[in-house]
Amino acid sequence: MTTLLVPKRQKRFTGKKVSLTISAWVLGFLFFAPYFQMLLTALKPQEEITSIPPTYFPKNWAFENFINVWKEIPLGTFIKSSFVISMSATLIVMFIAIPAAYYVARNDFRGRKPFLFLVLVTQMFAPTALVIGIFREIAKLQLVNTYLGLILVYAAFNMAFSIWILSSFFSSIPKEIEEAAWIDGCSRFSTLRRIVLPLSLPGLATAFIFTFIAAWNEFVIALTLTSSPEQEPLTVGLTALIGFYQVQWQYLFAGSLIAIVPVVILFASIEKWLVGGLTAGSVK
Amino acid sequence: MPNSVNRRSRLGALPWIFPALFMIFAFVLWPAFEMIRTSFQEVSSSGITQGWAGLENYRNLLINPDLPNVLIRTFIWVVGIVFFTIVISLPVAQLLNAKYPGRKLVRWAVIIPWAASVVMSSTIWKWILDPYYGVLNKIAMDLNIYTEPIDFLANPKHSFGWLMVVAVFVSIPFTSFVILAGLSTIPDDIVEASTVDGATAWKGYRHIKFPLIKPALLVAMAINLINIFNAFPIIWVITGGGPGYETDTTTTLGYKISFRDQDIGQSASMASINLIIILLFIGIFLKVSKSQERNS
Repeated sequence: MTTLLVPKRQKRFTGKKVSLTISAWVLGFLFFAPYFQMLLTALKPQEEITSIPPTYFPKNWAFENFINVWKEIPLGTFIKSSFVISMSATLIVMFIAIPAAYYVARNDFRGRKPFLFLVLVTQMFAPTALVIGIFREIAKLQLVNTYLGLILVYAAFNMAFSIWILSSFFSSIPKEIEEAAWIDGCSRFSTLRRIVLPLSLPGLATAFIFTFIAAWNEFVIALTLTSSPEQEPLTVGLTALIGFYQVQWQYLFAGSLIAIVPVVILFASIEKWLVGGLTAGSVK
Repeated sequence: MPNSVNRRSRLGALPWIFPALFMIFAFVLWPAFEMIRTSFQEVSSSGITQGWAGLENYRNLLINPDLPNVLIRTFIWVVGIVFFTIVISLPVAQLLNAKYPGRKLVRWAVIIPWAASVVMSSTIWKWILDPYYGVLNKIAMDLNIYTEPIDFLANPKHSFGWLMVVAVFVSIPFTSFVILAGLSTIPDDIVEASTVDGATAWKGYRHIKFPLIKPALLVAMAINLINIFNAFPIIWVITGGGPGYETDTTTTLGYKISFRDQDIGQSASMASINLIIILLFIGIFLKVSKSQERNS
């Protein structure tokens, strides 16, 4: 009905909207395309992968690649290593970051500022920059080629993000709620457990998922500290396949997709809180 | 700022923050110290310390004939990628912020390269760029852009360009989401008021929106600087820094000297110089976020 009243304006608006929609979809497709290509390659039989000229789509869709990949490469072992390492690192981070973040959010103590400064600086440190020092240390501790070596390094490097994001969530909870609990006889610890943590679930989820994904995706340290297929996580194990005489790209990409899809879904679920944590409170 | 202002002693804080402090000191700061110390030591190829080397490692690094080119390339790498990432992310963020059907799907698509492991993204790009089996040549030839397949990675100048393209591709998602976070804090009435005043879309963007997202942009830039400088998997997977050292940056060069050429001392001196550069970037970042705190 409004179109009858102001037809010209409405029409121009629609034209603009169509071009906007199309350009946004093209943009989305551009970012999706490489991973779509990954999927198409993972679904081709070996002879189609090495056919010249290449094809866009598989002629025979080799869905069995996603079953055979478990036998053709030690995918199960890689996933197990990645999962054990990432989960352990994440649990350590949570156990250590929650009390630290809570204390920092609730108390002003001497050394609070230097502590937060230290946390902020370490958040900027990429393990890549320190890989030689890390290797020397882990070798001295005789933890090369062990899960524990990677777990400790990943936990340490991801501590900062979790402390930041958790303390900002904790300080947004009104102190009065906690005080009421204290009056009712709750200890500090049980106030944290029963009141503060349930109220900061999005923060906990963000810290948890982000740490897990960072550990799951890490490459340089894992490449340096592991050398046997039993200990290698996915990133290193799958990349090692490229060095083989005949690269079985379909299995490499099937394995990669199995590693990527759950991570993307988890990541999308915390996107809302992620930016604030990564930019350490600078973006309001 | 904390809600309660109980000035507690340092000791009261310790049980709460000690484990975090321990992890940071033991596995972040200690490796940094260890690395700088190693840069002044003579280390055998099997990793055994033979004693102090003074500045010998740094001298060896400086006379390394590949170093000047690697330094120039690292500069191009960092400046080029950060520049293109920011320039492309600005309109991308606008598109992520606009209203149209399917916006959620578009946002999810843009998140993928950010969430996926960079190693795996690099692997698929290596495959896409493959001269015989890669889809990029196929598309270009089907569109009649050229008739003979091109080996994109054959010439180090070209392959370095493609490495930069991949790095921009994986950097845009984070950057545009940071800008998006800045955009979504701009109240609608400010934008509306500017259109009522008759400002053109570009002027409205340039004079009203851009100043408001500038803080977000600066932070994204600083974080990108550090990430790009440290970027390793893209180069490692696609060209391995080769042929020779012709597509290496200081980060991959340091790694190669240590884990391929087995000269740990020289590699530690390269990495220590890198660390100083990163500390400079961190200083810039802290300064930027401090000045923003003051402005907000």
